[in-house]
Amino acid sequence: MSTRIPKWADVVLIPILSLFLAFALSALVVLWIGENPLDALVIIMRGSIGSAYAWGYTLYYATNFIFTGLAVAVAFHAKMFNIGGEGQATLGGLGAALVCLAFGWPHWLSAFPAILIGAAIFGAAWAAIPAYLQARRGSHIVITTIMFNFMAFALLVYLLVHVMKAPNSMAAETRTFPPGTHLPTAHEMLAWFGIAFPKSPPLNVSFLVGLASCLAVWVLIWRTRLGYSIRAFGHSETAAIYAGISPFWVIMISMLISGGLAGLMAVNTVAGEAERLLIDSVQGAGFVGIAVALIGRSHPFGVLLAAFLFGILYQGGVELEFEMPAVSREMIVVIQALVILFTGALDNMVRIPLERFFAQIRRPVG
Amino acid sequence: MQDDNIPPAIELRGICKSFGSVRANQNISMSVESGTIHGIVGENGAGKSTLMSILYGFYRADRGDIFINGQMAQIRDSRAAIDAGIGMVHQHFMLVDDFTVLENVVLGAEDGLLLKRSLLKARTLLTRLADEYEMSVDPDAKINDLSVGQQQRVEILKALYRQAEILILDEPTGVLTPSEARHLFRILKGLRDEAKTIILITHKLKEIMEVTDTVSVMRQGQMTATVKTADTNPDELAQLMVGRKVLLRVKDKAPVKAGQVVLEAKNLSMTDGRRLKNVSFSVRQGEILGVAGVAGNGQTELLEVIGGMSEGSGTIRLNGREIELSGGHANARQRRKQGIAHVPEDRRRRALVMDFCAWENMVLGYHGDDLYNFNALFMNNSAIRSDSQKRMKAFDVRPLLPESTGRNFSGGNQQKIVLAREFSRSPKLLIVGQPTRGVDIGAIEFIHQHIIDLRNAGAAILLVSVELEEILSLSDRVIIMFDGQIIGERVTSDTDENELGLLMAGIEGRRE
Repeated sequence: MSTRIPKWADVVLIPILSLFLAFALSALVVLWIGENPLDALVIIMRGSIGSAYAWGYTLYYATNFIFTGLAVAVAFHAKMFNIGGEGQATLGGLGAALVCLAFGWPHWLSAFPAILIGAAIFGAAWAAIPAYLQARRGSHIVITTIMFNFMAFALLVYLLVHVMKAPNSMAAETRTFPPGTHLPTAHEMLAWFGIAFPKSPPLNVSFLVGLASCLAVWVLIWRTRLGYSIRAFGHSETAAIYAGISPFWVIMISMLISGGLAGLMAVNTVAGEAERLLIDSVQGAGFVGIAVALIGRSHPFGVLLAAFLFGILYQGGVELEFEMPAVSREMIVVIQALVILFTGALDNMVRIPLERFFAQIRRPVG
Repeated sequence: MQDDNIPPAIELRGICKSFGSVRANQNISMSVESGTIHGIVGENGAGKSTLMSILYGFYRADRGDIFINGQMAQIRDSRAAIDAGIGMVHQHFMLVDDFTVLENVVLGAEDGLLLKRSLLKARTLLTRLADEYEMSVDPDAKINDLSVGQQQRVEILKALYRQAEILILDEPTGVLTPSEARHLFRILKGLRDEAKTIILITHKLKEIMEVTDTVSVMRQGQMTATVKTADTNPDELAQLMVGRKVLLRVKDKAPVKAGQVVLEAKNLSMTDGRRLKNVSFSVRQGEILGVAGVAGNGQTELLEVIGGMSEGSGTIRLNGREIELSGGHANARQRRKQGIAHVPEDRRRRALVMDFCAWENMVLGYHGDDLYNFNALFMNNSAIRSDSQKRMKAFDVRPLLPESTGRNFSGGNQQKIVLAREFSRSPKLLIVGQPTRGVDIGAIEFIHQHIIDLRNAGAAILLVSVELEEILSLSDRVIIMFDGQIIGERVTSDTDENELGLLMAGIEGRRE
């Protein structure tokens, strides 16, 4: 319980200790396969934040995780465990693609708001059905959102194979979006200010939207009446009903916002990077979002930091795989899984000893 | 009462137990004579439950020794306590609802792999015990089908089946009607006469006076006194519990000058039609209508339907205007707008969001009021903070820290937060459930006074309580609920505890 330890320890110390444990165990894994864990750490850090190029990739991945992490966090404030970020982002990608392909957009400034709205609406709509089933019928949101992930993927495959596939293409993907929908990359944006930045990293304007979303979610949760209602419901449904807060509306609205944020994630990959709709444009970011929200304690700024951490793990992991052939792709996934395990599932392993520790040092007070 | 050479059944020496910075038990020494009924009284949080949990092996003391019948005992877990001859009857029964009485008695104390022999043995013992102590319960009845009083007997039988010589009862009368409570006391006295030792934990001083031989008083983790019951009186005990003089009666209760009817309920039922059935009554301005009854006879549902948390059928009129009982406008928010304030029975689950700060809790339900919002979207947190600070001060909430979370306040102060929120908006109608449940004696006085003040200011008040004393001292009229219905109505000054007790048990009055 959060009352037994100081807030700073709950917010900062526990995640850091958990991460440390996860890295320690990962080090053992690396050691076990005969590589030097310190070298591995250096490669990961150099590969993810050691150069402008590396930063470009790390922040690109982090952008994905910011959106999906926020999506899980918002729903979690209403005690809704939205596992469906993957599916909602998939649909968000579809929405973004439909907007991009709809017109010959003249300029990205006109296309961008429409892309954002399209992605958010599609993501929100995909979340709306499980939300309604939960609010009206009591169907558990975890089960329904998982099922909706599969349905989203099946729907996308069907559309890409039978409906939206580019003519004369062997791959299940749409044609490339018109040039007016090209979102400015970090390279282009920094060039406006005369700053040089490598051309290849896919970091783009969506990152700024991600940062703005963090701020917007913070305002929503802690400064608006809706946020008050969401938190009241999340902490105690019975008290919320007593306060005249409608559970139906809280579940619906929080899940719509959650789905919308998940949908926005696809703007980064579909419109920002691939510039066409691919079959795997979400790349598991929906699931990583759950870990990001857990580590970030469902706080938007915690989510931002956690998303950055996973950006490092992703980009650094790619470099590690490249430079240390003994460490396979699966090994990287194991390390990421350890981080999720320690920060999410094994929270109490760190928390309970820490509570004892604080109880000890506070004893003289009474 | 006992020979000097018989060692005490239980002797505690210097028991200490801390939870973090809270010193729940400080250097407690106590001795319980064999073959007596020993009462332990104290306010909530005084450390009674912690002490008994140590005795029953749920917690281990940080320091101190326990002697059972003169022998030092190490009670590591409840199994060790049972082996030492200690039995516990918990406040919330530990029974498997779908099992029969016999199966529950045997559960955890079976001999051998096959049940049959244990059940047979239990059956003979049960019949013998039932004869000895008039504890008759049908051994083959399912727990589900038993009354609360009978379930409690099963708990006692369970302990006796495990050959308990020392029986601890934790707030045993909380869920009983007065006549069931008297029956329980007869059983306890019978057990004492058979040389069993009984420890009775309660906060009801009347029970202590009625049934115990010796009484120990706890306050703030310490044992403040142990006295022979015959040598003391309730006022002295209350003073020992609180540490200052307490008024056990409400003062300044001017005679009722009831005005026009504020709340009129006709054929009110809950939508499922089972837990609240066709209830009709009215409450006037400046009047407190008490709702008496054993917990679980429809009072909770009555509050929920009036408070807008559950849908109902029938009609309710507030100052002559009908209120919607189902549909889109049947919610707690609308009720507040119409001038109904509600202090719910369940403080921790209903009245407060325990993880919210005091200032956030202070506007729960009123969070849409203009004062607290800049516009339709944004809340004015600084206005809420300063307003909350004022209200907390007016109701003497301690500590006066609006940033502190709900669960960090004591029960009494949590209730004061709720009262500060609900009372200070001059409601036309106040509905209030168990206003002093889990609240210390000092705060009870304060809360009662505020209820009376609100009534004197002209509010109509519907007061639900399972504490008959509270109903009798506060209300002007009483309705008695049984099985979801009203089975009697009395003017408080014309009735007494005995009559209400009979009605609460479902035995209709003879004076009608």
